[in-house]
Amino acid sequence: MIYDVIIIGAGVTGSAVARELSKYNTNVCVIEKGEDVCSGTSKANSAIIHAGYDCQPGSVMAKMNVRGNAMMGDLAKDLDIPFERNGSLVICIYEEEFGGIKELYERGLKNGVPDLKILNHDECLAIEPNVTDKVVGALYAPTAGIICPFKLNIALAENANVNGVDFRFNTEAEDLKCDENGIWHIRTNNGEYLTRYVVNAAGVYADKFHNMVSNNKIHIRPRRGDYLLLDKTTGGFVKHTIFPQPTKFGKGILVAPTIHGNTLAGPTAIDLDDKEAISTTQDGLDQVIEKATMSVKNLPLRQVITSFAGLRAHEDNHEFILGEVEDAPHFIDCAGIESPGLSSCPAIGEYIGNLLRDKMGLEEKEHWISTRKDVVATADLSIEERNELIKKNPAYGTIICRCESITEGEILDAIHRPLGARSLDGVKRRTRAGMGRCQAGFCSPRVMEILHRELGIPMEQIKKNDIGSEIVLERTKGESK
Amino acid sequence: MKQYDIVIIGGGPAGLAAAVAAKKAGNDNILILERDHELGGILNQCIHNGFGLHTFKEELTGPEYAYRFIEQVYELGIEYKLNTMVMDISADKVVTAMNREDGMFQIPAKAVILAMGCRERPRGALNIPGYRPAGIFSAGTAQRLVNIEGYMPGREVVILGSGDIGLIMARRMTLEGAKVKVVAELMPYSGGLKRNIVQCLDDYGIPLKLSHTVVDIEGRNHVSAVTIAEVGPDRRPIPGTEERYTCDTLLLSCGLIPENELSRSAGIDMSNITSGPIVNESLETSIPGIFACGNVLHVHDLVDYVSEEASRAGENAVKYINAGCKAHEGSNDIQLVATSGARYTVPSTIDPENMDKLLTVRFRVGDVYKNCYVNVYFNDERIMHNKKRIMAPGEMEQIILQKKKIEEYPDLKTITIKIEKD
Repeated sequence: MIYDVIIIGAGVTGSAVARELSKYNTNVCVIEKGEDVCSGTSKANSAIIHAGYDCQPGSVMAKMNVRGNAMMGDLAKDLDIPFERNGSLVICIYEEEFGGIKELYERGLKNGVPDLKILNHDECLAIEPNVTDKVVGALYAPTAGIICPFKLNIALAENANVNGVDFRFNTEAEDLKCDENGIWHIRTNNGEYLTRYVVNAAGVYADKFHNMVSNNKIHIRPRRGDYLLLDKTTGGFVKHTIFPQPTKFGKGILVAPTIHGNTLAGPTAIDLDDKEAISTTQDGLDQVIEKATMSVKNLPLRQVITSFAGLRAHEDNHEFILGEVEDAPHFIDCAGIESPGLSSCPAIGEYIGNLLRDKMGLEEKEHWISTRKDVVATADLSIEERNELIKKNPAYGTIICRCESITEGEILDAIHRPLGARSLDGVKRRTRAGMGRCQAGFCSPRVMEILHRELGIPMEQIKKNDIGSEIVLERTKGESK
Repeated sequence: MKQYDIVIIGGGPAGLAAAVAAKKAGNDNILILERDHELGGILNQCIHNGFGLHTFKEELTGPEYAYRFIEQVYELGIEYKLNTMVMDISADKVVTAMNREDGMFQIPAKAVILAMGCRERPRGALNIPGYRPAGIFSAGTAQRLVNIEGYMPGREVVILGSGDIGLIMARRMTLEGAKVKVVAELMPYSGGLKRNIVQCLDDYGIPLKLSHTVVDIEGRNHVSAVTIAEVGPDRRPIPGTEERYTCDTLLLSCGLIPENELSRSAGIDMSNITSGPIVNESLETSIPGIFACGNVLHVHDLVDYVSEEASRAGENAVKYINAGCKAHEGSNDIQLVATSGARYTVPSTIDPENMDKLLTVRFRVGDVYKNCYVNVYFNDERIMHNKKRIMAPGEMEQIILQKKKIEEYPDLKTITIKIEKD
C-alpha cells in the first residue's frame, strides 16, 4: 500500500504532526526505530514549556515557541495530562551583567511573550526563597510552565492512533528514494514503505535523512545534557523554573520543579559526534552540581534519586528547519528541533499540518476525536473514589510501585490502551511505576510478571525498552529442569 | 472495618516477632498488615543459611527462620492481612491501608508498631556515570529474581558495594554458574559481615577491591562492560587506576535505607544518622503509642537482633495500652550520646522508671577500630571499659545497661559512648 504521509520518528514532534494530520481524511503512518513513542530526545529533557523570550526575534523558533506555549494549556486539557504555568526566573548574579536581563526582556517583548516583568533582589527572594542571595535581579516570565514530556508525547501519539494513524515500532528507516512517479520508497529493517509525502521528524538523525534527499546539506550535532533528579521530598524546593543567564551554549543549567513534584537540575551542554551517546559522565554530573548551586542555595543533593542524559538535536545555525525541502518535493523537514522543541511541538504540529492540508488538499474528518483520557492517577483520588474504582476493578486495590503508589489497575490500563506499553519503560512512562526513589528495585519484578501475564511475552524476552535490553537471561538451574 | 488495639506495619521478621510478643504479653487484638502475598518479608528470598544462631542456637535458612515465627502467629491466632499496602499513618494513629478485597480502609489503633524494614540504595542515589541500560540490579532485586522467580539476570557479574546481600549474591550467582569477576567497595572496609566475606568471596576466589568504585557503565541497551577505579581518601576516583571488566550484569549493594516514608508523614522525629525514628528505652517514637523496631528503626546486621528488639517493641506496646495509653512524661529522661567513633545509639533516651532490669543499647562505629575500648560515661564518669579486638562499620555493637547501676546516679543526665584507645 502507498501511504499519503509517512512520518519518521515518534517523538514529540512526529507525534504532534501525526495528531494534526489525523484530523483529515488521509492515510498516515509513523515509523519509529525505538520500541515505543518517546524514545529519543523527547524522553530526556528539562520537561519545561518555555515562555519564548530567549529565541531570536523573527526566527521560526521564536514564532513556534510563543505559539506552542499559548496552545499548551488547551492541548493539555484535551489530552488529560498535567501542565502547570509555574513561571520562570532568569536570574542575574553579577551587577555588571544585569543589562543582559533587560536585553532578554526586550527580546521577549519583540517575540510577543506576555506579562514579562523584571524583578529586583528582594522581589526574587520574596517569590523564591531558595534562590541564591547573590541574585541581583531576574526576568520573570509567568507563562513558562512545566509538563510531563512522556505523557505529552504518549498522549499525542495515542490520540493520533485512535484517529487512524498507524504506528510501526522497531522500524528504522535506512534509505530514502523518490521514484519517477513521485512516490517515496523508504527502506527499513522491516521492509519497504511507500508514501507520497515524507515528514522528517527524526530528531538527532534528521540531518541524515535530509541529506539523503537534498543537495543543500544540513548538520545536526548531538548536544548532550546531563541531569540530576531529586526525590519528591524536595517538592517545593523551588516553585519557579530558575535559569542562569543564557550563553551561546544554551539556556544554562536550570533548577526546576517537575510537574510530579520532584526537583530537576540540568542540563549540561556537551557537543558530541555519537548520536547514541546518552551516557552521563562524572564531569557532566559535577558540572550540574556546580552550576545549579550557583543559582540556588541549600540544594538537597543527598536526595538525588537518578541521573540521566539526553541529546539535543542542535542544528549548526540553531534554528528550526520546518517545511518542504526545496530540491526534494514532498519531503517535509522538521529538523533541528532542540530546545524549545517540547514547548513548540503543538505549533510545529499545527504548522506542518496546515502546510500539508493546503498542499495535499486534505479534507477534515467528520468525526475527529479531539480528546482522550489518561491513565487514572489513583494517588490523587479520595478514599471514596478509590473504593468505587476498586469495586469495579479490584486491580486498583493492589499497589505495585510503592514509591509512587501506582496500582496494578493503572498498569493494566497502560498496557491495554491504544499504543499500550510493552516494556518496563513503557509502563514507567505511562504510569510512573518505577520512577520513584527506589528506581524500580521493588516494582520491576512485579511489572515484569504483569507484562508476562497480560501480553504473553516470555519472561526472558521482557525488555527495559529497546531490543537488546532484556532484563533476565535464562532460567536458574533448578527451574530449567 | 473491625477495630484493633495494635496495628503492626509489616509482616517481616520485625513485625512477626512484635506480634508474637504482644500476644504473649496479653493483648488479643492485634493486626499485622503485610504488602506481599505471604508473611516473612525479605527472609523469604534469603534461602542461604546462617540465620538464628543466637535465637534458636541452630543455623536456619531465611524462610525457615521466618517460619518459626509465622507458625507462632498461626498458633496464637494473630490476625493478618496480606497483599495490603499501608498508605498512611496519621499522628493520631489512624492507619490507612488498601487491598483488593477490602478496598481502602482506615483503622484507628491504640498502638502502632512500625516494622516496615528497609530498601536498597539505588544506582541513581550513587551518581554513577555511564549509560542506563538493562542489566543493573540492586542485589536484593537480583536475589528475588533468582531465588523467588527463578531467573538468572546474567552470566558475567560485577558487584559494586560489599553489603551482605551483595556478598550473598556473589556466592549465589557463582553457584548458578555465573562468573563474578570482582566486588568493588568504595570504602576502605567492607560494609558486610566478616563471615560473609570469607564464605561468599574468599571461598570462591572472588576478589574484593576496597577503595574502588564504578566510574563507567557501557552498553546502550544492555550492560556490556563496567570500569572501576581506585578512589583516594576523598572517595574520588584516581585517574590512571581504571580497570575495565566486560560483563552483562552489575549488582549494587551499597547500603540500606530504612523505609520511613510513613513515619515521616506521620510527623515522627527522625535521626539523620540512622534515617530511622528517634526512640526511647521502650522503642517508642516521638509520637506516644507509635513504636518502631527492626530495620525501619536502624539497619541491623543479624536478624536475631531484629527479633529480639521487635519482641520488646511488642511488649512495650501492650504495656502502653494497659497503662491507659498515656503520653510519656520525659522530665527525667537521660540522653544517650554517641561520639568519638560511635555513630548513633538506639535508643536515644532512657527514662529510668520505664526501663527493664537490663537494657541493650545498640550502636555502630564509623570506621574500623582495632584493639580499642568501648567506654561508657555516666555524665563525666567512666563506668564501662570494654576492650574490643576489632570493630567495623558492618557489624552492630552493643552495651548492656543495668537499671540498678543507673539508679545509683540520681543526677544522671547523659550517658556517652566513645570508642577510645584506652
